[in-house]
Amino acid sequence: MLCQECQQRQASLHFTKIVNGQKTEVHLCEECAREKGETIQGTNSYSIHDLLSGILKFDKPLKDEASTSYTKAPKPLVCDNCGLSYERFVKTGRFGCTHCYEAFETKLDPIFKKVHSGNLRHYGKIPKRSGAQMQVQREIDEERLKLKESVAKEEFEKAASIRDYIKELEQQMKPKGEEG
Amino acid sequence: MSLERFISNALSPWMKEESGAEKDIVLSTRIRFARNLNDYPFPIISSEHSAETLRSFVSKELTESSESFAGSLELLNMEDLSKNEKTMLVEKHLISPHLAERSTAGAVLLNEKESVSLMVNEEDHLRIQCLFPGFQPEEGLRFANELDDWVESKVTYAFDEKRGFLTSCPTNVGTGMRASVMMHLPALVMTKALNRFLPAINQLGFVVRGIYGEGSEALGNLFQISNQTTLGKSEEDIVEDLQGIVLQIIEQEHEARRSVLKTSRIQIEDRIFRSYGILSNSRIIETKEAAKRLSDVKLGIDLDLINDIKGNILNELMILMQPGFLQQYADQPLEAKERDVRRAALIRERMKIEPR
Ligand SMILES: [Zn+2]
Ligand SMILES: [Zn+2]
Repeated sequence: MLCQECQQRQASLHFTKIVNGQKTEVHLCEECAREKGETIQGTNSYSIHDLLSGILKFDKPLKDEASTSYTKAPKPLVCDNCGLSYERFVKTGRFGCTHCYEAFETKLDPIFKKVHSGNLRHYGKIPKRSGAQMQVQREIDEERLKLKESVAKEEFEKAASIRDYIKELEQQMKPKGEEG
Repeated sequence: MSLERFISNALSPWMKEESGAEKDIVLSTRIRFARNLNDYPFPIISSEHSAETLRSFVSKELTESSESFAGSLELLNMEDLSKNEKTMLVEKHLISPHLAERSTAGAVLLNEKESVSLMVNEEDHLRIQCLFPGFQPEEGLRFANELDDWVESKVTYAFDEKRGFLTSCPTNVGTGMRASVMMHLPALVMTKALNRFLPAINQLGFVVRGIYGEGSEALGNLFQISNQTTLGKSEEDIVEDLQGIVLQIIEQEHEARRSVLKTSRIQIEDRIFRSYGILSNSRIIETKEAAKRLSDVKLGIDLDLINDIKGNILNELMILMQPGFLQQYADQPLEAKERDVRRAALIRERMKIEPR
């Protein structure tokens, strides 16, 4: 098989790359892998501190430009559960508690993108207890999409059975009482 | 204490198991999950009181349950251990240096085989670690998942639908999983071929680093390959990728071994047997040299040049010749120079006790 980059040399490295749940097959020769890899290697050798302080430095001039002399400085971003400020998070590279994720949500995508090769969303394990509801909710959301499609295609019989299934799932979402 | 007994007490039982594939090149497999609880601040900013509350809650839940997972777990609180005891746990990879030196209300729960280690109040509330001999990422993940499910039946994890398992450091969020293997790659180092794969491996969201030694130096030609990306890929996909990468590296290492033997057999043999001679006879040896010589001897065993020593000598002695274990064996604190003498003696003795 030929290398997909140069289309000249034999591909000797074969792998599947996954970004945000999308799988792509990649076939590269050693030379091209090295070339492609080099740009990415840079991000990998970053320490999380360098990375975050890099992002903050990038953040600041933007704010300075936007603010004129008479506007007040924006309220500092702080987690109201643990009291950690965004600034401190950037300095230490560590969240203070699980609520920090909500508190700093607007700032997190670029950080995660950089740290996790473009990925933003969890695709892995869902814990049985804290995630049981989530698992069902995930399915309900999927079924609702299917329902929409069926209605649009005027497949009413199919739509009806999907609707029943959604009802069943919604029943599961209710607390079970006895089993606790 | 005789060296034989010392070793059998010092090494974790899981290391001596026969199971595990590709053992000539892959020494061990490790799966680690970072997990946290919702109602407590992360250890990094936690008050002493809150850290202690968390520890007593978690350890009570995990040790007092009637049905225990992976045998009964023994709780070791960090403040109850001597400095050297902690050092030895670090040298055995059962706890992290962070837990040993900088944790508040830190603890570790260990099973009898020491294949399971649950760190409490490390960087995250819980670090669940499973160790396996040889190369067994799939079995490892299956076991680690079961253990994780069992722990989750006792304590409720912090989990977010979008971001997954919430962790103290942004580099762990999502699966919270670090899957890694320890590999011995002497021929790829010798032929300088390892560097050629690093970019491709990095591109896949994996990283290769030396296990012992600082900077770019990998003592004993021992490398750890682990995933860096924890978000956006399922645990199974990460492990599958790891498996693919490791199998390719194994193949390349075999290939490199064949090619160096073809071009310079006598030089390789000479190097291996010189190292064997030095380890069997030296009176003073530094860690760096010992690691290099041990790697040679291990290669000699793999190539069937040395037949009277067991293949696990490399990982065994890499642990035993660390300062904590040397001091334990000597039963006294040792200066660096004294350690070099003790190290040479321990290795010399170890080379003798082999089934003939
Ligand atoms: Zn190419
Ligand atoms: Zn917080």
